[in-house]
Amino acid sequence: MNTSTIIFYAIAALILGAAILAVTSLKIFRSAIWLLFSLVGIAALYFWMQVEFIAAIQIVVYVGGIVVLIIFSIFLTQQSGKEMAKPATGKMIFSALAALFGTGFTFNLINHYGFNNISAAPFLPSVDEIGMQMLSTTSHGFILPFEVVSMLLLAAMVGCIVIAMKPTEANIVHLNKKED
Amino acid sequence: MNEVPLTHILFVSTALFFIGMYGLFTRRNIITMLMSIELMLNSVNINFVAFNKYLFPDKLDGLFFSLFIITIAAAEAAVAIAIIINLYRSHQSIDVDDATEMKF
Repeated sequence: MNTSTIIFYAIAALILGAAILAVTSLKIFRSAIWLLFSLVGIAALYFWMQVEFIAAIQIVVYVGGIVVLIIFSIFLTQQSGKEMAKPATGKMIFSALAALFGTGFTFNLINHYGFNNISAAPFLPSVDEIGMQMLSTTSHGFILPFEVVSMLLLAAMVGCIVIAMKPTEANIVHLNKKED
Repeated sequence: MNEVPLTHILFVSTALFFIGMYGLFTRRNIITMLMSIELMLNSVNINFVAFNKYLFPDKLDGLFFSLFIITIAAAEAAVAIAIIINLYRSHQSIDVDDATEMKF
């Protein structure tokens, strides 16, 4: 058991412990902070797997973007210090049983599959390669999904503004007229 | 580096997925349900990167899949939060049990 192995199990314990606390904590703000720790742990796992680019994206998008967005919406919609209602015991037990059964089932499948074509070649993708393949128009390029996802982001941006917009006076009058 | 077998990374991501599923089943607050969904999406990303690293180190497709999943998760979180704010404005609450107008 060398240092790298120990670091892997420490990161795994951090991810799973923080995730369990994030889904069970009764204070919503604490739950968001535990989610933050879990996502940082996942970024650490990517660093451990030596895919630095994905790790950087994970930190920028999830830790810097989504968690901040979630914390903002918590502040906008409720008192963060207030405890949430405890879920009903029956539901908790059945959900835990379903989750445990699923975990056990999948663990069993993974354990018995036996991945025997594991290659020992080092996997060190450079940002250079990723960028070249991402924007290449040959048969292994990802230019089409790249463009589609940029349209999706534009649509999401417009959609967010439209959904969260406060209805103005003129709009309300217009809507009322429509209803009549 | 290769002392940790692929299966152990898959165990971590499986456990993370089912923790997210447990959260989705027990929570009644939309924001915390969204957080559970983020956990599940992250477990899928770990799987993609691990398979790419261990089974196909000469290709990059797993990395691209996880990049696109991260992008779509960001878009999804933004739209979901816009919906949450709109729901709070009309119902003064973000519990799923309080929004039952469209329930059949």
